[in-house]
Amino acid sequence: MERIFTMPEAMKPEQTLYCPGCGHGIIHRLVAELVDEFGIRDRTIGIAPVGCSVFADKYWNFDVISAAHGRAPAVATGMKRGRPDSFVICYQGDGDLAAIGTAETIHAANRGEHFVTVFVNNAIYGMTGGQMAPTTLVGQRSMTCQLGRDPAIMGYPIRVCELLKDLPGVAFMARGSVDSPKNVLKTKKYLKKAYSNVLEGKGYSFVEIVSTCPTNWGMTPVKALEWLRENMLEHYELGVFRDCDAEA
Amino acid sequence: MSERVLMKGNEAIGEAAVQAGCQCYFGYPITPQNELTAYMSKRMLEEGRVFIQSESEIAAINMCFGAAAVGVRTMTSSSGPGISLKQEGISYVAGAELPLFFVNVMRGGPGLGNIAPSQADYFQCTKGGGHGDYRVIVYAPSDVQEQYDYTMLGFDLADRYRIPVLLATDGILGQMMEPLVLKKYKDPGDLPSKEAWRLGDPATKEPIWITSVRLGEGELEEHNFKLQKKYEEIAEKEVRFEEISLDDADIVMVAYGTSARVARSAMEMARAEGIKAGLLRPITLWPFPEKRLREIADKVDNMLAVEMSLGQMWEDVRLAVCGACRVHLHGRTAGGVPEETAIVDQIRKIMNSKGDEIIRNF
Repeated sequence: MERIFTMPEAMKPEQTLYCPGCGHGIIHRLVAELVDEFGIRDRTIGIAPVGCSVFADKYWNFDVISAAHGRAPAVATGMKRGRPDSFVICYQGDGDLAAIGTAETIHAANRGEHFVTVFVNNAIYGMTGGQMAPTTLVGQRSMTCQLGRDPAIMGYPIRVCELLKDLPGVAFMARGSVDSPKNVLKTKKYLKKAYSNVLEGKGYSFVEIVSTCPTNWGMTPVKALEWLRENMLEHYELGVFRDCDAEA
Repeated sequence: MSERVLMKGNEAIGEAAVQAGCQCYFGYPITPQNELTAYMSKRMLEEGRVFIQSESEIAAINMCFGAAAVGVRTMTSSSGPGISLKQEGISYVAGAELPLFFVNVMRGGPGLGNIAPSQADYFQCTKGGGHGDYRVIVYAPSDVQEQYDYTMLGFDLADRYRIPVLLATDGILGQMMEPLVLKKYKDPGDLPSKEAWRLGDPATKEPIWITSVRLGEGELEEHNFKLQKKYEEIAEKEVRFEEISLDDADIVMVAYGTSARVARSAMEMARAEGIKAGLLRPITLWPFPEKRLREIADKVDNMLAVEMSLGQMWEDVRLAVCGACRVHLHGRTAGGVPEETAIVDQIRKIMNSKGDEIIRNF
């Protein structure tokens, strides 16, 4: 019998401890599938950021380093510059990338560092129990905006792709989602482009992935997907924001 | 073979790092260490190595964390305010047991303070600075040659023990020029290989995980006990100090770095007028030469801590001698540098005093 579906070699045979309906499992798998497809597992280094995906080392079957909160792009810079033949995946959540690590994110992009950033945007802090993130939508409730996000007091949800896309160091920038099989496949396509860009030395490549956090949103997994489609995709438009090849 | 040149302390540190095979330098501007960053911006690129002026000190130390994790020699440098920002990253480096060499060219604090020379980061240098149960090896050079030599040794010790090593110097030592012998770096030959733990190496069979997070029950305590064993070994083997005229001394000064240079002159002045003064100069601030100080304390009635801070090192001297003799304090701060005559005045007062009286200059 022919085996047509299996665990990627770049995933450990573990059951993830993420909550039901969380997008991290899917995204971890996409990251791992591409590591296998490009045949780069032996030189890949993933970054486990502070947040729920601090456990990424338990699931990825390649080298992993745990970075301090928000510092993943700086750690990635040090690794890639120190060992140029490595392939570095900078995996970060919205609090990590767009709040505490904003400076590191902007400057790594601006220097055109040669690593892939996977930015998981679920509009909330997951691990600490559902606080407001820089990407929390206007009106959305969280533990630290219990009356809903009020932009007059708390500012607006940051669109990271739109903020970074014009920096000359950026080679590729896209926003996908994991709310449907179609979007999962499209997101994989974006990631594939990001990987190949970095492997070909074209520069900083960034894929934002709109994802769910049913536990902290207070929804069932199915309801969370509906909420993502109805609310997040309006503010976080999917698509390619920068592609150095298309421009060339 | 070795060339003799006139060089600034900050630049001597940079050249020693280049010679010692530092592959990646990450830094952010701050006075009075700017000559070091500037020097590296040229030399590292000349050598085809990595230099980044980072967006912040926080980014710089985390770049070091990444570079150390792939197994290359890496360093950063700053002054007090920037080192404060780097403490989080240093704690991570210590927790993950990575080798790191870093430099603090001390200036006056607290806060933004001033840009004058100081030793007021003694606590920060020696008592951790960042969070958690960890130690950092601290070298306190007192001239340009020592800044060069201990930079080279610092890289070796960082690799040997997989620990952060700090060169604690100050605005005077960093900025002054002195003759320097540009010794060639000599690999000790017995440093442990990094192949078993470095990231991104295709030769490694199993995936490696570098982290400072240990959430399992008892896991972190076990790890910290392991770190402690390493620190005990370092305390046993790596303590360094210089003794000057201790054999017949009635009073012993304890001073490091710039303060030790002044204390040495004061010692000679005191001896010229018949007071038998001696000097113990710690070269490592951690490990501190506590055993030797305890031995000396049994032979003298008085010690005098001379420092460019207000009693920070004095605390360690008192802890070391454990009440065996009186320990007095001559402290200056925020750009104030001890003066020989003021030290000798205080020595006279001490020699004429009785009982338990502790004499300070302020």
